Amino acid sequence: MSTSEIQEEIIDEFSILEGDRENTIFYIMELGEKLSALEDSAKVEDNIIKGCQSKVWLTTDFNEGKVVFKADSNTAITKGLISLLIRVLNKKTPDEIIDTDLYFIQKIGMNQLIGSQRSNGLTAMIKQMKMYALAYKAKADN
Amino acid sequence: MLNSIDINKIREEFPVLNQEVNGFPLVYFDNAATSQKPTEVLEALNGYYRGYNSNVHRGAHTLAAKATDAFEATREKVRDFVGAAHTEEIIFTKGTTEAINLVAYSYGRAFIKEGDEIMISAMEHHSNIVPWQVLCEEKGAVLKIIPVSSEGELDYEAFENLLSEKTKFVAVVHVSNSLGTVNDVQRIIAAAKKVGAKVLLDGAQSSPHFNIDVQALDCDFYVFSGHKIYGPTGIGALYGKKEILEAMPPFLGGGEMIKEVTFAKTTYNELPYKFEAGTPNIGDTVALKNAIEFIERIGKDNIADHENSLLLYATEKMRAIPGIRLVGTAKNKVSVISFLMEGVHHFDLGMMLDARGIAIRTGHHCTQPLMNEFGIDGTARLSLAVYNTKEEIDTFVKALSNIANRFSKQKQKIS
Ligand SMILES: Cc1ncc(COP(=O)(O)O)c(C=O)c1O
Repeated sequence: MSTSEIQEEIIDEFSILEGDRENTIFYIMELGEKLSALEDSAKVEDNIIKGCQSKVWLTTDFNEGKVVFKADSNTAITKGLISLLIRVLNKKTPDEIIDTDLYFIQKIGMNQLIGSQRSNGLTAMIKQMKMYALAYKAKADN
Repeated sequence: MLNSIDINKIREEFPVLNQEVNGFPLVYFDNAATSQKPTEVLEALNGYYRGYNSNVHRGAHTLAAKATDAFEATREKVRDFVGAAHTEEIIFTKGTTEAINLVAYSYGRAFIKEGDEIMISAMEHHSNIVPWQVLCEEKGAVLKIIPVSSEGELDYEAFENLLSEKTKFVAVVHVSNSLGTVNDVQRIIAAAKKVGAKVLLDGAQSSPHFNIDVQALDCDFYVFSGHKIYGPTGIGALYGKKEILEAMPPFLGGGEMIKEVTFAKTTYNELPYKFEAGTPNIGDTVALKNAIEFIERIGKDNIADHENSLLLYATEKMRAIPGIRLVGTAKNKVSVISFLMEGVHHFDLGMMLDARGIAIRTGHHCTQPLMNEFGIDGTARLSLAVYNTKEEIDTFVKALSNIANRFSKQKQKIS
C-alpha cells in the first residue's frame, strides 16, 4: 500500500469514532498496545526523541532499500501516536518517507485532541523519522 | 461549617465553573496550579479599566489619585491578610517566583558570603531552588537540603543537625504543592533563629488554605501569588520585616523606586517603593483586594473546614480503588492529593480524565528533585478549593474506578 492509501485507511477508521474524545483516546491506546515492544536494551538515551514530554524511543534498520522503524514509549497514548506514524512510514524507501505529507494527522483532528504541547512532540517524532530517512538516503547515494 | 447549599451559592460566583468540557460538566481539580476567580474579582478588573485606569503615584489628576488609592488599598488589605505590622512591609511582585528572586538577588547579593550555607528542603518548587542555586554559585555559598521522609514529611531532626552558625538563610515551602504536606514552620523558624539565620516561607500553597500571621510565625519573609487565592494572575506579594527590607539594596532600577536622580548619584525611594521599579501591574493589584475580600467573606476557617472534609472524603474513596497509590501521606495536609495508578502512566490518566471533563494536573509539578527522591517521574494530582463538592469527587472517583477496571481487565487478558 502506498503511504496515502494507508493514511486514507486511518482516516476511515477514525471517522467511525465521530470525534468522541474518550473513544478516540482509548482507540489510540489500543493501537499502541499492538505495537511490538522494544527490547529494553534499545531503550537508551541515544534512542530517545527529544522534544517529547513522554519518553519515546525510536530505532531503525535499513533493509533492501527500505527503512524499518521500531518504537516504544512510557505512555500509552504516545505509543499509540507513534504506532500511527510507523504504520504509514514503515518499510518505505527513504524517498517515500521524505516526500510523504502526513495529512492524516490534520484530517483526524489529532492536534485538537492532544493539545499544542503533545503536538510539538508529534512533530518531533515525524522530524526524527524523516531525519533517519535522509541519513539512509545519503548513505545509499554514496 | 458550610453546608452544600452555601457551596452551591459560592459556585454561582464562579462563572467559569458553569460549563461543559468535552461534553461533561467541568470538574476543576487543578486549584494548586491556579484557582478560578469570583465575579467580584472580574468586576473589579473591568471596573478599573472602564472607570479609572491611570498611572499610580504620579499624576496630578483625579483618576490618577483614584487609581493610586485603590492600588494602595490593596497593599493595606494584603498587610492584614498576612498579619504584617506595617503596610510598607508589603512589596508587590508578579508572584511567588519574582518575590523569591527579589530576596535572593537583593538580600543574597548583599549579605551572603563565600562559605555561608543556605538551606532549602527536598520538597521545594523549582522557584525556591533555582534562585538559591544561582546565588550559591555566584557567591561560593553552599546549598544544604532538608531531607524528606517516604510519607512526605520533612526530617526535622536532620534539619536541626544541619543547622550551624554557617547557616545564614533558610528558605522553605510552607505547604508542598506536590504532596499537600503542611510543614512545621514554627519549629523551623525557632531553630533557625537560634543560629541567627533568616527564614523565607514560600506561601504559594499555604495562603489559599489557612490563616497567615507573619508576626506570630516570626518569619523574615513570606511570599505568595494572587492567582492561587482566587485573584488575578501576574500579581503577588513579598512580605519582609521592615528593618531587613530597609537594609536591602534595590532589585531593579527605574521609575517609581527613586527619590532623586542626577547623573552623579541617585537616592532611592522609601519602602515599599524602593522595590517597585516601573509602572506596576495596577489593574490586577486593584482586583487582588477583592479576592482577599472574597476569602474574608467566606472565612478562612470555613474554607479550611470544607476543604478538609473534601480531603478526607476523597482520600478514603481513592484508597478503596485497587491499584491506586497515594504519594504523600503526611499527618498534616491541605486538600492536595498526589497519586499513581498501577500500570497507567499519569499523562495517560490525565488525558482520560480530561475526556470526562475532569481537570487535574500531571507531571512533576515543578518539583523534580522531590520526584527523584520518590523514584518517580511525576504524579497525577488533584487539588481542591472552596467551590469543589463531594459530588464532584464522586464523579472523579467513578471515572478513576472505570479506568482502573479497564486496565486491570486488560492485564488479565494479557497474562
Ligand atoms: C509551592 C509553590 N512555590 C512557588 C510557586 C510559583 O508560583 P508562581 O508561578 O505564581 O510564581 C508555586 C506555583 O505553582 C508553588 O506551588
